Parts: sequence; structure tokens; C-alpha cells
Amino acid sequence: MKSSRKAVAIVAVGVFSAGLLSACTSDAADDGKVKITVASLIPGTEQAAFDAFDARVAEFEKANPDIDVQPVEYEWKATTFTAQLAGGTLPDVFRIPLTDGRTLIANGQLADITSQVEALPYYDKFNPSVLETAQDDDGNIYGIPREAYAIGLHYNRQLFEDAGLDPDSPPTTWDEVREDAKAIAEKTGQAGYMQMTQNNTGGWQTTAATVSRGGRMEEGTGDDVTVTLDNDATKESLEFLKELRWSDDSMGANFLYDWGTLNQAFAAGQIGMYTSGSDIFTSLTRENNLDPAIYGLTAIPISDSPDAAILGGGTLNVVSAKATDEQKDAAVKWIDFYDVSKLVDEEAAVADARILADQDQAVGTPALPIFDQATLDQSREWIAEFVNVPQAQVSYFAEGNAGRTIVGEPTAKTQELYAALDTVVQAVLTDQNADIDELLAKANSDVQALVDAG
Amino acid sequence: MSTLERPAASGIQTRRSPASWVRRGGLSTLLFMLPLLVIFGVFSWKPIVEAVVMSLQKTNLVTPATFVGLENYIKVFSDPQLGQAVANTLYFAVLALIFGYPVPLVVAVLMSEVKRMRGLYSALAYLPVVVPPVVAVLLWKVFYNADATGPFNTVLSWVGIAPQPWLQSAATAMPSLVLEATWAGAGGTIIIYLAALTSVNPDLYDAAEIDGANIWKKVRHVTLPQLRSVLLVTFILQIIGTAQVFLEPFLFTNGGPANSTSTVLLLIYRYAFQNSLGGNYGAATALSVLLAVFLAAFSLVYFRLTRSWSTE
Repeated sequence: MKSSRKAVAIVAVGVFSAGLLSACTSDAADDGKVKITVASLIPGTEQAAFDAFDARVAEFEKANPDIDVQPVEYEWKATTFTAQLAGGTLPDVFRIPLTDGRTLIANGQLADITSQVEALPYYDKFNPSVLETAQDDDGNIYGIPREAYAIGLHYNRQLFEDAGLDPDSPPTTWDEVREDAKAIAEKTGQAGYMQMTQNNTGGWQTTAATVSRGGRMEEGTGDDVTVTLDNDATKESLEFLKELRWSDDSMGANFLYDWGTLNQAFAAGQIGMYTSGSDIFTSLTRENNLDPAIYGLTAIPISDSPDAAILGGGTLNVVSAKATDEQKDAAVKWIDFYDVSKLVDEEAAVADARILADQDQAVGTPALPIFDQATLDQSREWIAEFVNVPQAQVSYFAEGNAGRTIVGEPTAKTQELYAALDTVVQAVLTDQNADIDELLAKANSDVQALVDAG
Repeated sequence: MSTLERPAASGIQTRRSPASWVRRGGLSTLLFMLPLLVIFGVFSWKPIVEAVVMSLQKTNLVTPATFVGLENYIKVFSDPQLGQAVANTLYFAVLALIFGYPVPLVVAVLMSEVKRMRGLYSALAYLPVVVPPVVAVLLWKVFYNADATGPFNTVLSWVGIAPQPWLQSAATAMPSLVLEATWAGAGGTIIIYLAALTSVNPDLYDAAEIDGANIWKKVRHVTLPQLRSVLLVTFILQIIGTAQVFLEPFLFTNGGPANSTSTVLLLIYRYAFQNSLGGNYGAATALSVLLAVFLAAFSLVYFRLTRSWSTE
């Protein structure tokens, strides 16, 4: 009796172990289709936007019956991206900032899609300086430019009105920004002006402020880069924040913001003005439920310095290094369908805009050309009837930027450089006695050491 | 001293045949242990060994790794941020000890004195542990809104205290983190103390009462000595827990303002994940190994030093 009970127990353990092992194997059904996972929208996006995305997927699969597209929610953040990259959990098609392209290519983390891209009808129309960010030294292509933007000054028209300011004459100089911020803080109790400070975005926006005052964070190229965080324009940008924070008290009481949380605070009516990419209206309405009526966008003020410019940026669509040749073909077809053809093909442009407009998603957000200005203008004309971004409220952006130079982000150790500046910006905003010169000198030597180490 | 004497191993080992090993239950023991051994081996021990190996490598986990000797350890020690991270972690640990260690004990002692509705109080004390940690932190982040209209600042204004910066100043950020961590963690420790308190012989309290002891004297001379072993264990668990603090600084402040809440674990995380172009996993694992070695050594020394106290 005892031994039979023991035998039953042993069998039970055996069965349990076998079950565990079998649970580790998976059996994927093979229907002959090429499966690709593609980055869809940011987690937390409203359902209507996902519906619009799914509608585009269905359209694509109908046109390409041999491809099965699986959308995966995706948001590029420096920290989560690295984990996904290392863990192999990124979708087959995902988006990265222009600045990251060349290093990821050098690290062997992106798929070579040269032949697929060269087959695209508009291949030779890409703005060479944008396409360059997706190429290695031999000219092989690892990504397709998706969008380009410039940093703009976003403002809350409602808070402007509440403070007795005219929302139709937004500030054009940093002094005016300071005056308006003070007025907003005094009259409404909200933060008149705020800047991102966390997750490397503090460094990113300090760079934008520096460039607008004629400074640069790095000089030289390739292996010969000198870090210049302690330049006068950066000091001036930080002094500006210091004045707003400690002399005017026009920046509110909370200072730890990154891209997402600052968007959130702005949409909630807690921020008068802030600088960010010109294309964030889409995200503000999708994820943060912004009331479009209160939104205003103008050009970032620039100083009289001959080097004063606007900081630009953008994103690339790229394909996972693990993708097979069939998946690479399918991936480029999808990127062409979803992101690029709408800029060069009238039918695609209208189809895309119609679906977005039907779902109340933003159409007509200010952007920079990834081909050339004429192509961008043409694509805007095709979709004119669907444009729902209040053009009058964002027109100051294009008007103010006419004739200005756009410069790219620093190229050497960009994220580390931004991280070092995060600390400086946070210190300036939370410590009245912060010594800007000393902080910048330390950050500069730390980043220079990283650049020198390679 | 009442250390258990281990019986000396018998000098004569009787050679057992495989058949007798099976008959005496060796096989079934092994079979029963097998699932556990496999699970522990694959999910605990293998990663530990791999981490030690990785701390000697340069890798981005995509392209093949190369051995670089002790380079990662040198990088960690020469990082100017390490000193601050260690200091911040120590600061957190000290604050957590000052607030987080006595609070649960006091609450547990008070609750054990309560005669009615003890279940309700236990449930209330344990409730914060049931709230998912991330949810709790995000909730407290709202409470810590530094505006005059923030929930905590509103409460303070009722008693005439000016708005506090909470997470928005280097001076108050760390104490704010500890406050939340204490609230979140106290419940579990309270339950441990309550359980230990029930094992204290009530005759001791009766005897103390007859001798004229008040509540403080009873706690000082009966409760604390009786709880000594449990207190020693919760102390080391608290030290190990605070040395690995990550959730609070990561979610509340991400190490800010100006690195005033960056901890050792946050630094490990930053090595691995801050740079979107492929983290420095070698340095991250090197610092992890250093932390593990330090904590293991600390625990050993601690138990050596306190062995006599716990068993006296």
C-alpha cells in the first residue's frame, strides 16, 4: 500500500516536470504568410487612434494578402528602448531618433535594407542629409526617414488670455517669454514657463535653448570632438531659467518633468509655455486629451548671434537585425505604406488623412520636410480638406522660422551629454545657490572623458 | 550559551549499494527535489553565475561578448557618480532605520495591547502592503505635489505650515522617499512582530505587573528581550532591503533633483539602460556583483557579531 502510494507520487512528480518542460516549447501555426510585428502607437493612446491604426493595417493586409501585420504598442524612451533592444522584445519595425541611427548601425543592431529602399520609387528624392543618418560609411541603408521636426515654443492660449496677454501675438524674444511667464504666474497661479528636466530631455531642451542663442554643445566631428557644454549660450540659457525660477517665481513648484509628464501637465492647463518638437500636437491630443482650442505654437525665439539657429530632430523607421529577408521586404512595404507614401503619393495621402480625420486624429501638424519643402507643401495640398489642426493657431511657427537655419543634435555621446545636463538643469531649478559655471565645468569634463574613452 | 551541538560524523562510512539507496528512498527524494532543483538552477543560480561572467565582459547582448578582465570594475570605481550613489543609499538606509525600524515595533506593541477589534487594526496596518508598489508610489507622487494646492501641502496649510517642496528639493526629496517607503513596508514587519509577540509567555507580563512595572518597563524588560531574535533578523532584512532601494527613487524622482536621490541600484540601472545606444551591461553587472558581495559579507559579520545576543 505504502509503496503504491509512493509510486503514484513519483509518477505525479514526473508528469509535473514533463508538463513544465513541454510548456517551454511553443508551436506556431504556419499559414505561409510572412509575419511582422510593427510599432503602433504609444501605450495609453485613446481607442479611436488604435481603431484608425487597425484600419490601416487591415487595408495593408488586403493589398498584401501574403503579409500578416501584428501591431505592438511602442514608445521610444532611452531607458526602456535599451532594455527592449537587449532583451530582443522590440517589434520587427520600430522607430528611433535620427541621432541614434549611426551607432546602432555600427553595433550591428539594425537590418540592412539597402536593396529594399533603393527599389522605392522616391528613393532618390530623400533629403541627403536626413538619409545620411540611416547609412553606414559604405552608403548601405538601415532605415527610412519618417518625420523631421524643429523645436518650437508651445503655449496655452487660455492661460495667455487669463493673464491679460494676447494669444495672437506670442513672444518673439526670450525677454518677452520671461515677461509673459511672469504675467501668467502672477495672474493665474500656474507655471508661466517650464522646461523638461528628466530622462535626458533636460539636456535635449537645454541644447535647443543653447542653439537658439548661438551656442553649440560640441565642436568637431568623428574622433576629434571637443565638448563645449560650458559655452556662453548655455550659461545664458541656464541664467534665464534661474531668473524665472528664483527672481520671478514664474515656474511653479514642480520641476521634475520629462517629455511625457510635461505634455501631461501642459494639457492639464498647468503650464503656460514650454519648448518641444513641433509635432507634439498629435501626441497632446491623442494621449493627453488636449483641448485644441487652447493650443498655440510659435517659433522658438533666437538671439542676434550669427550662429543662432533652431534645433531640429526626427525619427527613422528601422527593421530589427533579426528579421529574415522576407520580413525585411514586408517591413519596408509596411513602412512605405504607413509612413512614407503619404508624403509622395496623392492617393495614399488622402487615404491616410481620411482615416485619421474620421477618427478625430490630428491631421496637419507642423513638420519639416524629409524630402524637400516642395514635396511637403504638395502633400499638404492633397489633404487640405482633412486638416483639423487649427492652422491659425500654429501659423506663427512657420512664419517665425522662415529663413532660419536648422541644426542637428550633438552627435558624440548624445544621450550621456543630455543626462549630464539634466543634473545641471535640475540643480539650477531646485537650488537657489547653484553655481552654473561650476556645474557646467564638471559636466563638461565628465562628458569629455566619456567622448575621449570612445 | 545553548548552541545546538551537531553530532560528530560517524567515522565508519558504511558503503551502500545503489539498490539499497533506492530502497531507502534516495531515488524518490531526488525525484521530488528535481523540479525544484531545475527551477532554482535555471532561474536563480544560472543567472548568478552568468552575472559574474558578464561582469568581466564587454557586451551589448546582441553582438558576441568579449572578455575585458577587470575593466568594468575599474570603470565602476572611477565613476564620479559612485560615491554619491553610495552616500545617498547610506542616507536612505539611516533614515529608513530611524523611521522605518522602530515604527512597526511601536505599532505592533500598541496593537498587541488592544483587546478589541485587533483584526481590524491588523488589516488596516497591512493594507499598504496590499497596494501594488508602483500604484502606491504614483499615488504618493500626487500627494507630494509641491504646489500650495497639493494634497499634503493643503493639509499642512490647515495648521499654518508653509508649503513644502517635498520631491522638488535636494534637501527634502530623500526624507519624502523614506516616508513613503516606511508607510509601504511597515505592514509586513508589524505582522512579523505581532506573531512574535504572541509567543511571549503572558506569565512574564503578569509577573512584571505584580512587581509594579508600568507599560514602558514591561516593553523594556519583557517584550524587547523576548523579541530579540526576531528584531535581529528584521534588522538585517531592513539593511539588505534599503541597500537595494530602487523603486522609490526611480519612480518618484529618477535620482533627482540633481542626483540627490540616485542610489546604487539606480546607478546599476543607468549603466544598463540610460543610453539608448546599447547599455554598459558589463559595468552594471560588475556593480551588482560588488553590491551582492558587500551585502553577503555584511550579513556574515553581522550574524557573527550578534550570535551571542540572539541565543543568550
